[in-house]
Amino acid sequence: MTQHASPPRDDTGKVPSAGQPPVWRGLFAHADVRTLSLLGVLAALILVGGITKPDEFLDTRNLQLVLTQASVIGVVTVGMTFVIMSGGIDLSVGAIVALASVWATTVATQEYGFGGILLTAVLVGLGCGLVNGLLIAYGGMVPFIATLAMLASARGLALQITDGKTQIVTVDSVLDLGLRDAYVLGIPPLVMVFAVVTVIGWLVLNRTTFGRRTVAVGGNAEAARLAGIDVRRQRLYLYLLSGLCCGIAAFLLIILSGSGQNTNGNLYELDAIAAAIIGGTLLSGGRGTITGSVLGVLIFTTITNIFALNNLQSDVQQIAKGAIIVAAVLVQRRTASTT
Amino acid sequence: MTQLPTRRGLLFGAAAVSAGAVLAGCTSNDSDDEPAANDQPAADDKPGKAVTIGFAGPQADHGWLNAINDNAKSRAKKYSDVTLEITEGSNDTAQQIGQIETLINKKVDVLVILPADGKALTQVGLKAMRAGIPVINLDRIFNSPQAYRCWIGGDNYGMGLNAGHYIGEKLKGKSDARVIELAGLDNLELTQQRTKGFDDALKNYPNVKKVARQAAEFTVESGQAKMAQLLQAQSKFDALWNHDDDQGVGALRAIEQAGRDDFLMVGGAGALSAFQAIKKDDGVLKATVLYPPTMAASAIDLARALGQSKGVGGLAEFEIPASITLYSAVVDKTNVDQYMSTGFK
Repeated sequence: MTQHASPPRDDTGKVPSAGQPPVWRGLFAHADVRTLSLLGVLAALILVGGITKPDEFLDTRNLQLVLTQASVIGVVTVGMTFVIMSGGIDLSVGAIVALASVWATTVATQEYGFGGILLTAVLVGLGCGLVNGLLIAYGGMVPFIATLAMLASARGLALQITDGKTQIVTVDSVLDLGLRDAYVLGIPPLVMVFAVVTVIGWLVLNRTTFGRRTVAVGGNAEAARLAGIDVRRQRLYLYLLSGLCCGIAAFLLIILSGSGQNTNGNLYELDAIAAAIIGGTLLSGGRGTITGSVLGVLIFTTITNIFALNNLQSDVQQIAKGAIIVAAVLVQRRTASTT
Repeated sequence: MTQLPTRRGLLFGAAAVSAGAVLAGCTSNDSDDEPAANDQPAADDKPGKAVTIGFAGPQADHGWLNAINDNAKSRAKKYSDVTLEITEGSNDTAQQIGQIETLINKKVDVLVILPADGKALTQVGLKAMRAGIPVINLDRIFNSPQAYRCWIGGDNYGMGLNAGHYIGEKLKGKSDARVIELAGLDNLELTQQRTKGFDDALKNYPNVKKVARQAAEFTVESGQAKMAQLLQAQSKFDALWNHDDDQGVGALRAIEQAGRDDFLMVGGAGALSAFQAIKKDDGVLKATVLYPPTMAASAIDLARALGQSKGVGGLAEFEIPASITLYSAVVDKTNVDQYMSTGFK
C-alpha cells in the first residue's frame, strides 16, 4: 500500500520487481523462487552427505542431531531476520546469548530451579533488546553502533559475572530436557522450540499488521511514517523481539551444553546474518522470509555435519563454507532474475 | 625532578601493601580457594630484599587463565618481601604493550609476562630487558631469547605424548583399537603441537589407529557441538582424547546426550570438574593430562629468586635456569587426590 508513495530511494533500489505493479504478489512469487533454490542447495547437500557417508548421514539420529545443533542459532536468526528486514542490524545477539546464559546459571539463579533459569534468560534478553531499541528508536543512534556497544558491554558484563569460570548447571529438570528420554515422538524438545519459534515468526511476519509494518519500515521508513506507522515504536519492538529470541536461544544453549560460559554465542551475529542473507533477506531491509532464513541455518548446520562426518578439518571447512555462501547467493540471484 | 615524590610514594605504597600482604598471609593460609600445589619456595622462605614484581597477562576470559591469575596472586601473598603489581589483563596486543611499558616506567624489579601473543610482544620484552628489568616469560614464548631471562611454561607436545601413551597402554592387547581426538582451536600452534605429540605416541602401538579428529574452540559450546558430530560419525571406538577440560564439559554433555559409554576418555589441562569426575569414576572420563596453571605460582617464585639474586633451592647453580618446561603429568584415579586442590573452575 505504501509502495506507491515511495520515491526511488537508494535502500529500496535493489527490489527486483520494482517495475511490476502488484508489489506484494510479486514479492511472494520471488520469495518462492528463492525458497525453491535454497531447497535445491539443501537437497544437493543431502545428496553429498548420503553418498559420502550413507550409514552415518542418512540416519534418524543424525537428523535429530542436525536439527538440535541448528535450534540455538535458528531461534536467534528468526529475530535477526525481523531486524534486518526493518533495515536495521543487531550485532549484539551473540553477546546477549552469552550474558543471558551466564546470568541464568549463576549459583544464585540456579537456586530458583527451572523457572528461575528460564525467566532470567528471557528477561536478560528482553532487557538488552530494550536498551538496544531505546538507543536506536528514541536515542537516534545508528543500529550498527548501538548494537556494537551492546556487544562490548554485554560480553564484558558476562565476563564479570563468571570471572572467566565455567558455570555448570546442576538443576536436573533443565539438564534432562537435553537427554534422549525427553524426546517426544523422536523429536528433541529443543527442536520443538525451534519449530514453534519459526512458525510464530512466519505468522507474525506474513499474517499480522506487525509484520507488514516491519516490511514497510524496512522498505522506506519515511513513506511508512507518512502512511501513519509509528516507525520509532516499531523499531523498539523489533529489537525487543531480537532480544527475546536471544533469551530463548540462551535457555536452549543452557540445556544443550549443561552450563553457562561467557564465551557462549561466539560470532552468532555473523552466523545469523549470513543465514538470513543466504535466505534472501535484503541487508538494506524491506525484503526477506523466515522460511529462507531457517533454510539458511539448516544449510550451514548440514554443511558442518557433513564435513565432520567425513572427518575434514576446520581449515577445509572454513574455505568450503565461504565458497558455499558465494555459490548459494549466486544461484539465487540467477534463479531470481530469470523469472 | 617531579619523579622524586612519585617514587617515594611508590616505595611507601609498596611497604604498606607488603605489610598488608603479611597480615593477609597470616589469615588466609588455610582458606580453600588458595591453590595449594607444592608450597616449597624456589629459593628459600627467609625474608630477603623487597622485590616488586610486575605481572601482565591476557584477559582471564576462561578457567585456565583465571587460575593463572589466582596462582600468581596467592603465591605473591605468601611472601612478605614480595609486592605484586598486576595489570588488568588484555587480549589486545597494543594494550598489553602499553601496560607492560607502564610497569617498566614504574621500575618494577622483575617482570612476569604471559603475552596474549608471544611473537607480537617480543619487542616490549626486549625493551624491559634493555632497561635492566629481567623478564620471566610465562608459557607463550617470545620470538627472541634476548627478550627474557627465564622462560617457564607447559609442554604441549608432551601433553599429547603422555595422553597417547596412557591411551596406548590402556588399549594394549586389544586388536584394531580405534581412537578419536577432539582437538582445541586449530588456529593455534599449540593445538598442532598437542596433536603431533599424540600421533607420535600412538605410533608406538601398532594395534591402535586414530580414526577421526575434529577441532573445537576451547569453549563448552563448541565442545558439545563437535563431540556430538564425532559420536555420530564413529559408531564404535575405544578411546577419546580431548585437548581441553573446559570444552570437555561440553563433550561430556554430548556423550551423555548420545547415551554412549563404550569407550574411555582422557582430558587435558586439569579442571576441577574433570578431577571430580575422575575421582567419582562413574563416567567415561578416566584421566586428564595436565597443563598446570600452577606455573604462574612458580613464575612468581622464580621472579622473587631473581630479584634477590638467589638460585633455585636444591639445584647446584647460583642462578635460576634460563628455561623450564613443565611436565604434563597424567592424573587418573590413583593420584587425583594429590592434584584436586590445583583444579581450576
